[in-house]
Amino acid sequence: MSTSWETVIGLETHVQLRTASKIFSGASTAFGAQANTQASVVDLALPGVLPVLNAAAVECAIRLGIAVGATIAPRSVFARKNYFYPDLPKGYQISQYEIPVVQGGALSFVVTPRSGPSYLKTVELTRAHLEEDAGKSLHEDYRGMSGIDLNRAGTPLLEVVTEPQMRSSAEAVAYARTLHALVVWLGVCDGNMQEGSFRCDANVSVRRTGAPAFGTRVEIKNLNSFRFLQQAIDHEVRRQIESLEDGGRIVQETRLYDPDRDETRSMRSKEDAADYRYFPDPDLLPLEISPALIERIRAELPELPGAMRERLSRDYGLSEQDAATLTASRALADYFEQVAAAVTDRKAAANWIMGEVSAALNAADIGIERCPVPAAQLAALIMRVVDGTINAKTAKELFALLWAGESSTVDALIDTRGLRQISDSGAIEKVVDEVLAANAGIVAEFRAGKEKAFQSLVGQAMKATRGKANPQQLNDILRQRLAGAGKAD
Amino acid sequence: MSAAPPANLAHASLAQLGSLLDRREVSAVELASTYLERIARHTDLNAFLDVRPETTLAQARAADQRRAQGETGPLLGVPIAHKDVFVTQGWHTTASSRMLEGYTSPFDATVVESLAQAGMVCLGKLNCDEFAMGSSNENSAYGNVLNPWDKSAVPGGSSGGSAAAVAARLAPLASATDTGGSIREPAAFSGVTGTKPTYGRPSRWGMIAFASSLDTAGLLTLSAQDCALAFNAMLGFDPKDSTSVDRPREDYTRHLAAGCKGLRIGVPTEFLAAGLEPEAEAAVREALRLYQDMGATLVDVSLPNAALGIPVYYVVACAEASSNLSRFDGVRFGRRAPQYEDLLDMMSKTRAQGFGEEVKRRILVGTYVLSHGYYDAYFLQASRVRRVISQEFQRAFAQCDLIAGPVTSGTAFGFGEKSADPVAMYLADLYTVPSSLAGIPAMSIPCGFGRLGRPLGLQLMANHFDEARMLGVAHAYQSATDWHTRVPAGY
Repeated sequence: MSTSWETVIGLETHVQLRTASKIFSGASTAFGAQANTQASVVDLALPGVLPVLNAAAVECAIRLGIAVGATIAPRSVFARKNYFYPDLPKGYQISQYEIPVVQGGALSFVVTPRSGPSYLKTVELTRAHLEEDAGKSLHEDYRGMSGIDLNRAGTPLLEVVTEPQMRSSAEAVAYARTLHALVVWLGVCDGNMQEGSFRCDANVSVRRTGAPAFGTRVEIKNLNSFRFLQQAIDHEVRRQIESLEDGGRIVQETRLYDPDRDETRSMRSKEDAADYRYFPDPDLLPLEISPALIERIRAELPELPGAMRERLSRDYGLSEQDAATLTASRALADYFEQVAAAVTDRKAAANWIMGEVSAALNAADIGIERCPVPAAQLAALIMRVVDGTINAKTAKELFALLWAGESSTVDALIDTRGLRQISDSGAIEKVVDEVLAANAGIVAEFRAGKEKAFQSLVGQAMKATRGKANPQQLNDILRQRLAGAGKAD
Repeated sequence: MSAAPPANLAHASLAQLGSLLDRREVSAVELASTYLERIARHTDLNAFLDVRPETTLAQARAADQRRAQGETGPLLGVPIAHKDVFVTQGWHTTASSRMLEGYTSPFDATVVESLAQAGMVCLGKLNCDEFAMGSSNENSAYGNVLNPWDKSAVPGGSSGGSAAAVAARLAPLASATDTGGSIREPAAFSGVTGTKPTYGRPSRWGMIAFASSLDTAGLLTLSAQDCALAFNAMLGFDPKDSTSVDRPREDYTRHLAAGCKGLRIGVPTEFLAAGLEPEAEAAVREALRLYQDMGATLVDVSLPNAALGIPVYYVVACAEASSNLSRFDGVRFGRRAPQYEDLLDMMSKTRAQGFGEEVKRRILVGTYVLSHGYYDAYFLQASRVRRVISQEFQRAFAQCDLIAGPVTSGTAFGFGEKSADPVAMYLADLYTVPSSLAGIPAMSIPCGFGRLGRPLGLQLMANHFDEARMLGVAHAYQSATDWHTRVPAGY
């Protein structure tokens, strides 16, 4: 990809709120019920029905708003977005348009690019607004007709909109993962992406690096996995750059990503865009939120990732980035705190979780919730490294055993498998002497100034102790012996 | 409270019917039968769209049973008929549109339910302008309603069926809705009492929406006293309607004996000006003189922008209607075009065939004023002027307790006289629209007849939630006059 182009991304995320009933009716929001069994007369938009706002959905919006440091609008307005579609029963969607409930705010997260070091990024939010979901059109299996399932109609959504401040698909994915973890952390969303509880629209444009103005943007709709989000953006960026480099121009339009073909295709252009004729919904009074309600919800909130990040870096001496990594989800943060509470070296706890544990989780493609090594076991393992019972290399082997389902205690494993570190100088000296005697050639290379030969000797000695020698002691003794032998010559 | 009942049971007041039922001199079944018989005899008025005697009589028997078990209540066993924009489980609900031909609602409107809980017996559903859009009832898909006073004249609209039914004593009272005058104008044209309470006081749940920020349920009755009795059961907070106001229920009869002594009646100078026909002005001035005789003082007040009410109303109401009527798309209920190519074609044809001309006109106007590039100039500007008009009412109410004036510029017009000219028809709402925009209670009471023998009405308007006093002031007038007791010949 040409380096002379800069990617600009803004995301709109539809977060399905975890309320028992719909946003404007008493019907259940449970997923997977038989078609149209969870649609009340309100959801069906029968003549004479009226919407009544679900207070639980408002509380979810306030929770998120507080968590991202946004302004909770004391007065916000529901509007009607008018368009005809068979799965939109009223012929309009109730949404918030000019005055949304959540205004501003920001989200910070760690980005790990494909190459180069990780870094901390902050993206500002434009707004988050409450709205209702539409139903579903089912075009298959109806003998030439379309089926309509209105179970989803009226499901509460919070649409979270960012400023166009992301500069790569890696940043977009990191943002989306962080928002996902946050809404689950706050308990406002079940986070189930397969069921559509968290879906992103990406606004993507490119411009020459350093260009002051944004390029023409394209909106890619309905990305319901982080992988698709990444692939769709990468594809779209390539498509736009190729088009521009070939002298073409980008048309403002909405595109759909096809994961099977890994490409985006046009859905509708701006010229075709509907005029939604927004106007304030006369069936709903403006939503007024008192400072008292905001304070009550603030008091009920769990410790937020930002506050926890600060506390972790302060109390455990972690870097801001490490603290951010460990607070990527509430489950991960809880795991870290459990381990850290049980060890004397908290930095070691952080390194283990971000290193060995994360690598194993990634390899197995599972979340920390399903980590097979309980926090207490990991803490015991770390403590045996800290107190010198085992060395780091042994600890990694031991971790692999625990990961594989070894259920006995760390101490029992060390004993039964004879993994205890050898810190007896006499024993190490004996091994070193044997290694030196058996590897005269390598010793000669060392004497000829080849420092690499030293590492080879360390390796030989370590191997002879089956990896259990205290590495520092081994190093020191080997240096002594080599120096002493040299003098003797 | 009530004098001896008239010879004709159907000419009795609600209070009289109530005491007849109390004293077991008549049963709810007998009462219902009396009205059903009259309805069957006067089908030429075309006031009713759906009559089901068996369902009505079953409700009447249930009311008699409640009384037999010791229950009492001023409305228990008294019949009522409902405008066809209130959804009902036992009768079709069409809003007088082809779009909803044969539609039956799975639930009752709150207004219908509240009155049924009080024991009222439903006589059937009443004709009106399609989706309550009109001032003459000429926009019903099911034909014109005739004015019982003069069958060549319109009964007014949109609640023409409600007004004609009460005027002809086919029902002792009827529910109705008022968006810009749809209760008061037909009340004036048909010589009955029509009352629109404060917006937010009656529930809109189950009332098929025309313009949600204006639609208000009310009643057509034979008197202010009858209205007060029924309002006691009908008006109250409804959690199913977000615009319903959470206030305790009140007794709307409490000011009926208050009289008018010391009352300050505001008369908007703009309402007694050019455009008002002499006979209408004379009747209103005569009524005001009577109020003075009864101890009230008249105060000149001004509503300088009241005339802008018409354009403001037709922007706001059409905008809301264009959105409210989107649900009639042939997908889930009601009419679906018999033949179509695809989804879009199905929706287009369904709406083209299902809606009448006036409904289509208003949907087009509403769509236009909400469109990108026109919203600010039309909808937003109209919303601003609406607020100005509301403020002018508040300034007027600082000087007076009640406002009085004409309801219409003259008596009922003839069929076809205005239907070719929509703007002339819209101007019929000149005196009723401002109070609708302000959301205040207003009513029309009979105050005389024009030279053609057609009725005239006096409009009373009160501040928000002051309907009890307004009804008391109307009752004082009706205690001193007999216009409201006149029955058209043949009924």
